[in-house]
Amino acid sequence: MLDSWLFIGIILLIAPTLPAVPILITRFTAPSKPNPIKQETYECGMETVGETWVQFKVQYYIFALVFLIFDVETIFLIPWAVAYNKLPLFAVVEGVLFIMILAAGLIYAWRKGALEWS
Amino acid sequence: MEFLKDPVAFIAGLLQNLSAALNLPPAVESILGTVIAVVVVASFGLVLVIPMIWVERKVAARFQDRLGPNRAGPYGLLQTFADMIKLITKENITPDGADKVPYNIAPVLSVVSVVMIWAVIPFSAIWIGSDLNVGVLYIAAVGSFGILSVLMAGWSSNNKYALLGAFRAVAQLVSYEVPLFMALLVPILLAGTMSVNGIVEAQSYGWFILAAPVPALIFFISSVAEIGRTPFDLLEAESEIVAGFHTEYTGMKFGMFFAGEFLHAFTISVLTAILFFGGWRGPGIEFSPLVGFFWLMAKGSAFYFLVMWIRTTLPRIRIDHMLAFNWKVLTPLSLVILMLTAVLDKVFAGDPLRVPVLLAANVVSLFVTLWLATSVSKRQQKDLQTFPTRPVAVPPASEAETSA
Amino acid sequence: MTPLQVIFLITAAVTLVAALAVVTRQNLVHAALFLVLSLFGVAVFFVLLEAEFLAVVQVIVYIGAIAILMIFAVMLTRKVASDDTVAANRNAGWAGLIAAGLFFILVIMLSAWSGFYTQAAELSRPGVDTADLGQAMLVELGEHLVSPQAYVIPFEVASVLLLAALIGSLVIAWPRIKKEA
Repeated sequence: MLDSWLFIGIILLIAPTLPAVPILITRFTAPSKPNPIKQETYECGMETVGETWVQFKVQYYIFALVFLIFDVETIFLIPWAVAYNKLPLFAVVEGVLFIMILAAGLIYAWRKGALEWS
Repeated sequence: MEFLKDPVAFIAGLLQNLSAALNLPPAVESILGTVIAVVVVASFGLVLVIPMIWVERKVAARFQDRLGPNRAGPYGLLQTFADMIKLITKENITPDGADKVPYNIAPVLSVVSVVMIWAVIPFSAIWIGSDLNVGVLYIAAVGSFGILSVLMAGWSSNNKYALLGAFRAVAQLVSYEVPLFMALLVPILLAGTMSVNGIVEAQSYGWFILAAPVPALIFFISSVAEIGRTPFDLLEAESEIVAGFHTEYTGMKFGMFFAGEFLHAFTISVLTAILFFGGWRGPGIEFSPLVGFFWLMAKGSAFYFLVMWIRTTLPRIRIDHMLAFNWKVLTPLSLVILMLTAVLDKVFAGDPLRVPVLLAANVVSLFVTLWLATSVSKRQQKDLQTFPTRPVAVPPASEAETSA
Repeated sequence: MTPLQVIFLITAAVTLVAALAVVTRQNLVHAALFLVLSLFGVAVFFVLLEAEFLAVVQVIVYIGAIAILMIFAVMLTRKVASDDTVAANRNAGWAGLIAAGLFFILVIMLSAWSGFYTQAAELSRPGVDTADLGQAMLVELGEHLVSPQAYVIPFEVASVLLLAALIGSLVIAWPRIKKEA
């Protein structure tokens, strides 16, 4: 089992070199004429106003949170799906019950308007 | 002839002769073999990107009734090389206030997260980088590194638009992962294994598309949203948010984001072919593993053509529509179809009626979803205010008096 | 020194250094990114223990969801250019002393335990050869999760727990959702 992960380990070490090589090549081939105007932050040709920050919109956080809940649900369902062929119908219904409880959660979030992007 | 019949075995034989000649210990030999395999698999994707960009531009051009690049080399074949050379000679402008380390790591991480998917893709029955027992889940895990790279790129650019673009991009990517995982559960369920090669081998009695067309559709749509392609490319739309999270990237760093996105598009086409359309299966695979490789590439290219077709045909979807579509249509549909498939497959296990019943259930749920969606939108349109006559603009009476 | 031990030591060093950086960095976004690195190190530990399912679950859930939530929270509430000075804790010295003491106690207790020095037995199942062992263990995990003699009650309770978490977080966020709608 560990041999297959050795491949993954080696590709994890080698894969970053592949995009890094062209980027490092540009160190030698690209001109370097820094100029304070060039290095200004881009804001459609105007000067930046105020600090760089984003208004806190709770929507971003809510989507990530609902995703987290469903992610963990999927993780629980995966061993159930892998063992599916060996399970009796009763066990399959247990898994379906699991999904239905979480579908109720989705319906709750929907009705509460948490899934709107205002 | 031996080389043509099975290049990998041929090269492995060469390696063994070499190590016998040099008297290398077996551990070093196996590591050397693994390193060579890693280099081949990792560069396969990136080398593939070069003709793929040309194909994309030509096909998009033909869809738009124009010629596409045809100056650089015969039929414009050298266009990608020309673009690469141009990008290399562009100055690397780092905006001030940018956080140096995440700024530089982000493009590399974005490409790495796509290249690492190719480690588990079975090119043929015996050609696979690493046949992990958790292959499908590994693919999902590696995708989360792509999300991190988007966040790092947006944050470290010290640019309001980049940051906003990064948040919206992450909201989209993260939302579409839910139906993606649910749809991924269905082939795992039907095959009884998470190993990618295992799923292909389990399709010997029939491709999973016959038993699960709706999960295939959900997987395809969610993957297109995951890679940020039209109709879901709000993240890079120039008219919307400059260039989104990679506004402040120039030269080859931008080129890496660009190449990574193309490779990701081809990767999900290949994954759709593997999970639902039999992967390397096809007539004639007994002769040589190369035939399996050919079938996989042919199916992957067919889906990549579909991705390009969708890109050049459909308009961009607004972010609130896109997220509403995900959470109110795709996620409930994927949950329902997962439950239906699980129950029906068990009830009809071993019965020859199994696949037709599953297919019927899929079609019925798809039609029910479409009917629900259209009736909801019809009701919403009826709720909108309707005028008995078309409103006409009438200038106010006082203006007519003053002009007269 | 077997190669496995070398890999373990390197991963352990990286994880510990990253964890230290999480608590000492002043820039919170850097701290969050170092957290991602240390969570990845934990995933590598799971692989070394031949628990590959847990390793990918660690990456998907911790790095792909929880770390992203934390990074969102940090980025949405901080300004980019300002260096946030985290006030040094007055009791840092005492905390360090107590932590070092606990560490030494743990080391002494572990060195007195015989299990610390014995090599872990190879994983095996009767009737299954080692090549298919990973797959067999996953199937066994799935069977146990839904078997009435095993863990089906915790399985269903987990779904209720997740439902409670979802509802709870929406209730907490409800005033802000209403404000922005």
